[in-house]
Amino acid sequence: MPNVYHIVVCGSIVPDPLQTLEPVESPAGPSLKNEMMLPAVLDPWASHALYEAAELVKKCPGSKVWLVSVAPKAKLQQVMMNIAQKVPFELVAVEGASSGFMEAAGTANALATAIDGIADLDKSRLLLFGGWESASRGAGAVMQMLGEKLHVTEQFQGVDVLEVGDDDQFLIKERIEGGSYQVNETSGCPVLLGWATGNLPEPKNNPQVGMLNMRTVMPALQRATKADITTGDVDYKSVSLPKQKRETRVEKNMSADAIADEIVTWLNE
Amino acid sequence: MSSLPTLPGDDIRQIMWRYSDRYDLQMAVQSARQVARTTVARLVAEGERNNHEWNDKKNELLQSYDASGLTNLYMDPEQGGFIEGPKNMAMALVAFEISWVDAGAATCSLANNLALAPIHERGTREQVEYYMGKASLMDGGTPWRGAFALTEPLPFVGVDTGVLSGKIRIAEWEEGKEPIIDVEKRGRFITNMDFANFVTAAVDSDDERIKGSCMITLEEGDEGTYDRGAPTLKLVHQLSSTRDPVFRLKVPASRIIGGYEVVDGVIVPKYQHSDVIAAVFHRTRIPVGLMTSAKLLSAIEPVIRYQRQRFRGGDSSEGTPRFDMGLQMNEDVTHRLIDVWVTGEAGSSLGFAAAREADQFDPIEKQKDQYCEEQGLTGRKQFMAIRKKEAEVIEYLEQLYAPESEKDADRIAELESDILVKFALGDARANILNPGTKLWNTGYGATMMREAVTLMGGYGTTEDCPGFLGQKWMDAQLEATYEGPEAVQRRHLTLGVTSKIFRKEYSLMIAELERISAEQPDLGTKALASAMKLWEFTLDHLQQSSDANGKKLYHNKRQGVTFPFMDTLCWLIASRYFALDIVELKEKGPLNPVLAENLEAYISFYEKLSKVQIARTVGEVIRSCGEIVFGYATEETEGIDQFRELQKQAEESVIGFKLAKEQAAEALVGVMIPEALDYPA
Ligand SMILES: Cc1cc2nc3c(=O)[nH]c(=O)nc-3n(C[C@H](O)[C@H](O)[C@H](O)COP(=O)(O)OP(=O)(O)OC[C@H]3O[C@@H](n4cnc5c(N)ncnc54)[C@H](O)[C@@H]3O)c2cc1C
Repeated sequence: MPNVYHIVVCGSIVPDPLQTLEPVESPAGPSLKNEMMLPAVLDPWASHALYEAAELVKKCPGSKVWLVSVAPKAKLQQVMMNIAQKVPFELVAVEGASSGFMEAAGTANALATAIDGIADLDKSRLLLFGGWESASRGAGAVMQMLGEKLHVTEQFQGVDVLEVGDDDQFLIKERIEGGSYQVNETSGCPVLLGWATGNLPEPKNNPQVGMLNMRTVMPALQRATKADITTGDVDYKSVSLPKQKRETRVEKNMSADAIADEIVTWLNE
Repeated sequence: MSSLPTLPGDDIRQIMWRYSDRYDLQMAVQSARQVARTTVARLVAEGERNNHEWNDKKNELLQSYDASGLTNLYMDPEQGGFIEGPKNMAMALVAFEISWVDAGAATCSLANNLALAPIHERGTREQVEYYMGKASLMDGGTPWRGAFALTEPLPFVGVDTGVLSGKIRIAEWEEGKEPIIDVEKRGRFITNMDFANFVTAAVDSDDERIKGSCMITLEEGDEGTYDRGAPTLKLVHQLSSTRDPVFRLKVPASRIIGGYEVVDGVIVPKYQHSDVIAAVFHRTRIPVGLMTSAKLLSAIEPVIRYQRQRFRGGDSSEGTPRFDMGLQMNEDVTHRLIDVWVTGEAGSSLGFAAAREADQFDPIEKQKDQYCEEQGLTGRKQFMAIRKKEAEVIEYLEQLYAPESEKDADRIAELESDILVKFALGDARANILNPGTKLWNTGYGATMMREAVTLMGGYGTTEDCPGFLGQKWMDAQLEATYEGPEAVQRRHLTLGVTSKIFRKEYSLMIAELERISAEQPDLGTKALASAMKLWEFTLDHLQQSSDANGKKLYHNKRQGVTFPFMDTLCWLIASRYFALDIVELKEKGPLNPVLAENLEAYISFYEKLSKVQIARTVGEVIRSCGEIVFGYATEETEGIDQFRELQKQAEESVIGFKLAKEQAAEALVGVMIPEALDYPA
């Protein structure tokens, strides 16, 4: 018999990766130029976690997904118009900064408080999902701290595969060096999974799902509590973008093999 | 100097186009955007526009519309849809989003709704339930697709839709049974025809036992010939399917849209084909207008990127103007881009205003139909009953435009409780807004799309042009043609502007713009008001004057007078709605915390754009009205001095406006744009 899980997915918003991301100094510490005006997306790693969670719910009827998000709520609302159409979930929103310059511990605290506040959450059935890092901070710190705070000590990071067996037997594949996986077996909840990409495509938008989710999304945004998330004690001496080199060539008739060969040659250079 | 942080995003658009509190619409936008910037863009980038035949790859479009729920956009929730109530705004937004990438693909999605529209607007309850059900995704499986067949091979239906060569005759009529009808219809340029499972066709009676014309539904499985015909060798919109079908079918009379009665042994369809198409086009022309406006706005980002990067990678190095600004070192390229931009803005403001108005009008029209049916008001009797309400509509308008403190809430409620009053006002507005949107957005939009192409240099006319600007330019021309070419819209407007209700609202609009100007002079609405006065004077003048041969100037046969004059009206209303959208942004923007920090900058930029648009409008009105008034004048023509005075006032009203353009153009040099376009090129 499949088990019933309460899956909490932690995920916030990040600027759309195609945008120009230019670090600037502001009175509240470093930020990105025009950050509030940049269109946002759900953090890609967290998105994978969300899609995997929704898939698991399909396999384990009676299970449920909460998406817990610390973000400026007006921006989160825009993102919800897209994400809420993808899979069913209940939103728990916390109003607070989601910039990558914020101190991870603050975010973890806010998430822990929010999760503690979910009335019908059964922690003994908890699967705590998130991204193994975020596209904004990229430190992979929040989920680990959050797990500790919630006493979820079975933690796996860089997860691509979760197989659920009977009696809460979990087989979990974590990414390790060189394209290999570490295969873990564990049993019993709660478990924390920091997802890498998983194996699912981005679900197509389904406005019907969206309209259903909206019934809880809008009230959740309205009652979002405020969390004071700051850069903490961190003193940024300087911030800059990693130097990148973009060499673009348009190839319309190249086979996948030829492209792979070329990339390998380039990596070996 | 005006500065603009980023290109305006959804937060700003939702306020300006008034759908910030409509989550259903915002989600429809997201769905459409995703399909447009993935499936649609990929098909264009992979060269699928280069063939005329419908194929498996193009068919992915239909699948992606199904998968993203857009196929059900037109449906009510009980039919599997997700939007309650009228869908004009929804269709407008979706058409806008898809046309941002490719308007043929947008047409492919809209044509289905066009096919359903005759049924939706005028069908019997059974017809609505049956066809909306078949076309819905609700039951799983592949939904039915439809086509709308009005246009016929030469020399028959085109702009002139009065005389149909498509015919119906009675094939069998057994006592007490449903008559069976022979249908013969040939179509020309019929969208969706590669895969349409049903067709709504306009036909005329060729049998004395059937009275007049009607629209009728034809189905793939009907007895007889359902020949999809030859594909149209289009130069545009190749991501929609278009063919010249031939139908020779036997169908039951119950397929007549809206049903029929038998009177003295004669089948009398409830609606003539002209009644049905009037109701349909009333609405479906709005999204078409918006398609072209979307293209113009979609051009801004790729053009700026091209301009900035034009000289990078060569000898010039970072920090030099050549490297940093590229083509933007030259004033003209940013000035012209501002012209493109503002045309897209003004068209969008006009089109979305028309869509909102249509959403309000839909239930009013239904209530009016019901009321008239109850009261036995049909034909001329109905027309007269509505006409009798003119004085009340005018009073209602005065109330609507009065300052809050002077409004009489009780009287407003009383007037609003009269469905004929509300109908008459909505109808008068639609008669201007809908043809205005279709005419100006597409016609002038096509002209401005050429400007956008120019800004890309040689690249602009290649398949590789980022943003597909060359294709969009050609496509715009089709948008100006199908669903009624410009001539049709100008004819509509010629009739629409003579309505007393329109004239009243027009004068109230002038006063409103002057009032706005007193509080917010930076929008330039006083100048717009002065151009509107000039136009108003010209209309009166044309209606009262004759030419040297004694022939009246304002007459629907005198298209040389009325047609260019209608074009200038479109400039005026587009500018007005644009200005009003900026007023809305100023009012509602501060409530959105996302905008808080940067709102001032956007507003200041938009005010400059408003002045640019108004200055161009004033110029257009002065020129065009002058050409008409002086061009047909004689020594004896009266009112010339007054005309000259108003012309002079209009000219002087835009003093200093060019500086606003300069500042708006400067903002284009600093605006932050994404690193790359979010769809393949
Ligand atoms: C790609 C494509 C898709 C289409 N899809 C459909 C569809 O799905 N269903 C459908 O029924 N039709 C469809 N059409 C047909 C389209 O609506 C007609 O082409 C259009 O209405 C014009 O008719 P016409 O081509 O016969 O032009 P004509 O009637 O020959 O007019 C040509 C020009 O003559 C001038 N003119 C004509 N009459 C007047 C007048 N009274 N006053 C002043 N000037 C006038 C105008 O400049 C006009 O543009 C489609 C067309 C195309 C190209």
